Amino acid sequence: MTDFISRGFRARRRTPAELADRLPPGQYAEPGFPVLTAGPTPDIPAEQWGLRIDGMVGHEREWTCDEFQRLPFETVPCDIHCVTKWSKLGTSFGGVSLDTLLEGVEPAGDYATAYSYGGYTTNLALTDLTGGKAWVVTEHEGEPLPREHGGPARLLVPRLYFWKSAKWVAGLRVMDHDEPGFWEQNGYHNRGDPWKEERYWTD
Amino acid sequence: MDGLTPVEQRAPGRWQIGTVTQVRRETPRAKSFRIELPMWMPHLPGQHYDVRLTAPDGYRAQRSYSVASSPLDQGEIELTIDRLADGEVSPYFHDVVVEGDRVEVRGPFASYFVWRGEAPALLVGGGSGVVPLMAMLRHRRRTMPELRMRLVYSVRTAADVIYADELADDALVTYTREPPEGWAGHTGRIDAAILSEAGRDAAIAFVCGSNGFVEAAATFLLATGFGAGRIRTERFGPTG
Repeated sequence: MTDFISRGFRARRRTPAELADRLPPGQYAEPGFPVLTAGPTPDIPAEQWGLRIDGMVGHEREWTCDEFQRLPFETVPCDIHCVTKWSKLGTSFGGVSLDTLLEGVEPAGDYATAYSYGGYTTNLALTDLTGGKAWVVTEHEGEPLPREHGGPARLLVPRLYFWKSAKWVAGLRVMDHDEPGFWEQNGYHNRGDPWKEERYWTD
Repeated sequence: MDGLTPVEQRAPGRWQIGTVTQVRRETPRAKSFRIELPMWMPHLPGQHYDVRLTAPDGYRAQRSYSVASSPLDQGEIELTIDRLADGEVSPYFHDVVVEGDRVEVRGPFASYFVWRGEAPALLVGGGSGVVPLMAMLRHRRRTMPELRMRLVYSVRTAADVIYADELADDALVTYTREPPEGWAGHTGRIDAAILSEAGRDAAIAFVCGSNGFVEAAATFLLATGFGAGRIRTERFGPTG
């Protein structure tokens, strides 16, 4: 921490007090929902989407779109935090909890790589995915998840920076070791806890 | 380990206080700031710095800005900042910062939307999306001028052209609203024809601009046969 003061700077966009304590350090409240993607937006028709859980597991699982839609569906109110500094407070998604998806899978490792249509990957510890902390979601604020935000389905891990919430998610590979994913290999933090401001690998 | 000089952690992770050595107005909305850094390190063209403002009462605001300069400019970086009316960091830079001011930054960061000099490239920029692409173009001109690199730059009017006096044969400008008088070049939004002409021989494409611009450009590139794995995009949403 430095004692540096920016000459002539006064806050212009200060967040209302009732929301301020929901903003992690260095974040600002953004009413919109910006789109950030490292390449072209994949086009996956909903009926062709499916989800797998594989890797070091006792039992691999696979769901077609129809099968996924019959799983217990939850609405998830949450705040989301993008490493590019915006946070969206008081939003909601709808989908299936990872606790439900991992039932009977018997993971034999402590880590997972989420992989997406289009080739994106991100790594997570299983402890960040279980215990009511992660979902595979197909809805945003009651509407089908738009393609540019990961539709038909994305991972949702609101406690970590939003690059961990892989868009166009195709599956989770359980592993016995931690393997950096796409952004984690390109300068961003391995875990990405917004409350610890774990933005870049040096943080 | 005896005899080795202990190494202190330097950039990119640590915040440092830079000094603004030059402010240049590019357009009514964009200004470029040269910042001298005590812990400078060479960036990859396309990388960004984080900027942090601190008010006397401790309130802070952070944003990321792409570097516009070549890493051959030792000891300093240039950030080109678009003024967003409802922002809080970009209006500060535009309305308050003058030469000699000190600003807190850290970087350079992120290593995907970067040109490492490895291949001929097509650069596609909309509005201030040209900034990280300019770092690539400037660096290519100074290091390997014979390597093919074309910039396709979409702007509304002549007044909106950033780096106007630096755009040469390697840049193709298209005006979407109002071309300058007597303009015989491209007008209207980018399309497949412009991109396939400019992208001939390119092994990789870098596309930067608003989400709508990037989505349109990426779709045209895919249609002209550019593989998705060769298209790198950077999109800016509402920020400032």
